[in-house]
Amino acid sequence: MAERFLLNLNGTESGIEADPDTPLLYALRNDLELRGTRFGCGTGQCGACFVLIDGHPAPACDTPLWSVAGKRITTVEGLGPSGALHPLQNAFLAEQAAQCGYCTSGVLVSAAALLAKNPRPTESEVRAALDRNLCRCGSHNRMVRAVLRAAAEAQT
Amino acid sequence: MSTVADRLKRAGSLEKNPRLSQWLRIERDGTVFVFSGKVELGQGILTALAQIAAEELGIALGRVRMVAADTSMSPDEGVTSGSLSIQDSGVALRRACAHARALLLERVAVRLGVPVGQLQVEDGTAQAAGRSTTFWECADRGLFDREVEEQVSPRPPREYRQVGKSAPRSDLPDKIAGRPRFIQDLVLPGMLHGRVVRPPHGFTELLALDEAKAKSIPGVLAVVRDGGFVGILADSEVAAIAAQRALRSAASWKEGAPLPQDIHAWLKENAIDHRVISDKDGAGTQLRVSKTLTASYSKPYISHASIGPSCALAGFEGDKLTVWSHSQGIFNLRRDLSLALNMAESAIVVRHAEGAGCYGHNGADDVALDAAMLARAAGSRPVRVQWMRDDEFSWAPCGPAMKVELRASLDAEGNVVDWQHDLWSNGHSSRPGRSDSPALLAAWHLAKPHERPFAINMPLPAGAADRNAIPLYDFPNQRVVNHYVREMPVRTSALRSLGAYANVFAIESFMDELAGTAGVDPVAFRLRHLRDPRARAVLEAVALRANWAGRSREEGRGQGVGFAKYKNIGAYCAVVAEVEVGHEVRVLRLTLAVDVGLVVNPDGVRNQIEGGAIQSTSWTLKEQVKLGELGIACLGWEDYPILKFSEVPKVEIELIDRPDLPSVGAGEAAQGPTAAAIANAVENALGVRVRDLPLSPERIIAAIERQ
Repeated sequence: MAERFLLNLNGTESGIEADPDTPLLYALRNDLELRGTRFGCGTGQCGACFVLIDGHPAPACDTPLWSVAGKRITTVEGLGPSGALHPLQNAFLAEQAAQCGYCTSGVLVSAAALLAKNPRPTESEVRAALDRNLCRCGSHNRMVRAVLRAAAEAQT
Repeated sequence: MSTVADRLKRAGSLEKNPRLSQWLRIERDGTVFVFSGKVELGQGILTALAQIAAEELGIALGRVRMVAADTSMSPDEGVTSGSLSIQDSGVALRRACAHARALLLERVAVRLGVPVGQLQVEDGTAQAAGRSTTFWECADRGLFDREVEEQVSPRPPREYRQVGKSAPRSDLPDKIAGRPRFIQDLVLPGMLHGRVVRPPHGFTELLALDEAKAKSIPGVLAVVRDGGFVGILADSEVAAIAAQRALRSAASWKEGAPLPQDIHAWLKENAIDHRVISDKDGAGTQLRVSKTLTASYSKPYISHASIGPSCALAGFEGDKLTVWSHSQGIFNLRRDLSLALNMAESAIVVRHAEGAGCYGHNGADDVALDAAMLARAAGSRPVRVQWMRDDEFSWAPCGPAMKVELRASLDAEGNVVDWQHDLWSNGHSSRPGRSDSPALLAAWHLAKPHERPFAINMPLPAGAADRNAIPLYDFPNQRVVNHYVREMPVRTSALRSLGAYANVFAIESFMDELAGTAGVDPVAFRLRHLRDPRARAVLEAVALRANWAGRSREEGRGQGVGFAKYKNIGAYCAVVAEVEVGHEVRVLRLTLAVDVGLVVNPDGVRNQIEGGAIQSTSWTLKEQVKLGELGIACLGWEDYPILKFSEVPKVEIELIDRPDLPSVGAGEAAQGPTAAAIANAVENALGVRVRDLPLSPERIIAAIERQ
């Protein structure tokens, strides 16, 4: 049965009434109008729906609402400072690091988590951090370059 | 008036869409709307087309707004496929915009009272004799209401200022910011959510269905049935998914016929048409035969495996239906929707909305009929349907399995004097719009079912199963036979590069086998059989860039080369792969040299070539659709792994720009040559030839054991 939840979402409190077992993905997309988090597989295997939960990337499709009560949730829309792009997003634009762009949100989320704990990753550390995100178009190398660019720009 | 003969010569898509107003509209505020029937699939085509339009009109790229294709207002350009968009739409737009600019210059000159030759024009603003006006002030609605005159010459390439430069993609800012942009993100007022329930393995007959549990789920509004078509309408997506699960376990389907155990043997036994597509007889050359080789290659069924499952929205207003779809061919989809729904085409509008990456005929068209069927049951409320991951793997068409057998003879000098290529495959296209019966999944499962059309092959030179089966090499004798299999144990249709992937893999693997027998370097062996200078140029360029001559001979490492001219009429592409083979194959580096003629957007071409090469690496190392006894047995990514970030090779691309030669597409050039280059590199590393794709650890061990 539906319950009322207060979510700490992108730095603000958002209220939602839903069944506690509802996957966070559908609450975000359909109730909270944050549609940058995307459905890919529904079983946490592709990364298209990754969000940060207390700073860790997690599949929103496989995360029930009850489990995120009281935790910090960050979606792709909330990666940057309010209303602005995250440096990673600027780097993705500079590198034109996408083809279809459907996996992009989830990749950005994984990359943001990586840079938060390891601001100067090596290329292989970037690849390892993105291994849970699937890309079908073959834009991997561009995305890796964009992450390294964002890391380098943050140092200067 | 143009004559019939003139019309036949019309460039690109002007043939079907000759009126200038079909391509262009200029607003008073200086915005230029450009209409194309080609659609954005993640390949960046709308940006490249905008560059062409801006170039010919002589205006800033930022003024151009590409209008998403819509059957109510866009030119009908068929399907966005076959790497043809620059040839079809780009060529038409170039002509249309050249004519439009000439008309605008005349108008501007009259208004300023000077001859056209005295105008100074920059970005649509013209100056003469101290006065000025703009294209936007002079372009009334009637100006473009005429046929495109192709006598107006487009700009010569040496004067290009925008074409040939990398322009950033116009769709990426939204996609990178995470703003709603995809069809999956569309929300219509009052929208309901739908899902469709299908059997686990192929469609037979619905024997029984208990709807009670699904209907008891809060938010479920209706179970919609028509024969074996079972759909759900719900007021939330979560409820629709829960009802789909409940109905799946409450349905019993008649068991279907078992699948053939060995699909490649089955293909060989079930061909119904044996077409000789090339038969060259160089009299007397057979007499020189010194050695004959044969080899047999195979490719499994491959899944599209897009990251975003297929999605559509549909809604009725009275008896008018509007459908939002990420189809590659919105006009063809409209036609098949009209057949399936028994409605007039004029009562249906199909609007394109961008989807996740599209690599061929996937579930986009099917889900559009699913949504329309459910919208019909929903009255005036629109319906959104998105397939689940298992719907996508089980029900979207697959790229066909193929068998290729090759036989060739060498003379005493190690030259190929005889070549025979036999291929067995289902057809490579069962797209909508091409048959009397709708090519849409749900239509075949209704109480009054439509017949499922067979997959067919398009004619040569592009071909389909036989795409790139005719070697580009100059062999004195050759015979190529396409053995067509009509019956489809697994639904097949177009997947990126069609038969070229398997044919080039086989031809280029075999060229290495022959080179080895002849004792000649693989690059040199290809060059000695290749006269086409553009073909030679990409091979020579890639050999240089990859340091082929100085390649190392480290234990467990290997290099291999592959080459093709896509469709034998498209882009030239040569690839060198460097691999490391331990318990599995790792592709370390791919070096590619590519000639697509005039390059419109260099970064766009690089992105497409690199993406094609990486996708092909994934196909070649990992991918095959798992078949169970009764049908496709892939339900999720655990059953269908694709290449991961840490497994992706470095990719280097050399673009050979040919500004004076026509542009050809880049999206499908790399797939075949990449597969062959990897297989040849594996042979180079291990001394073992693997002829069956994918080059999985099991296949490699089996090949070693066979030796």
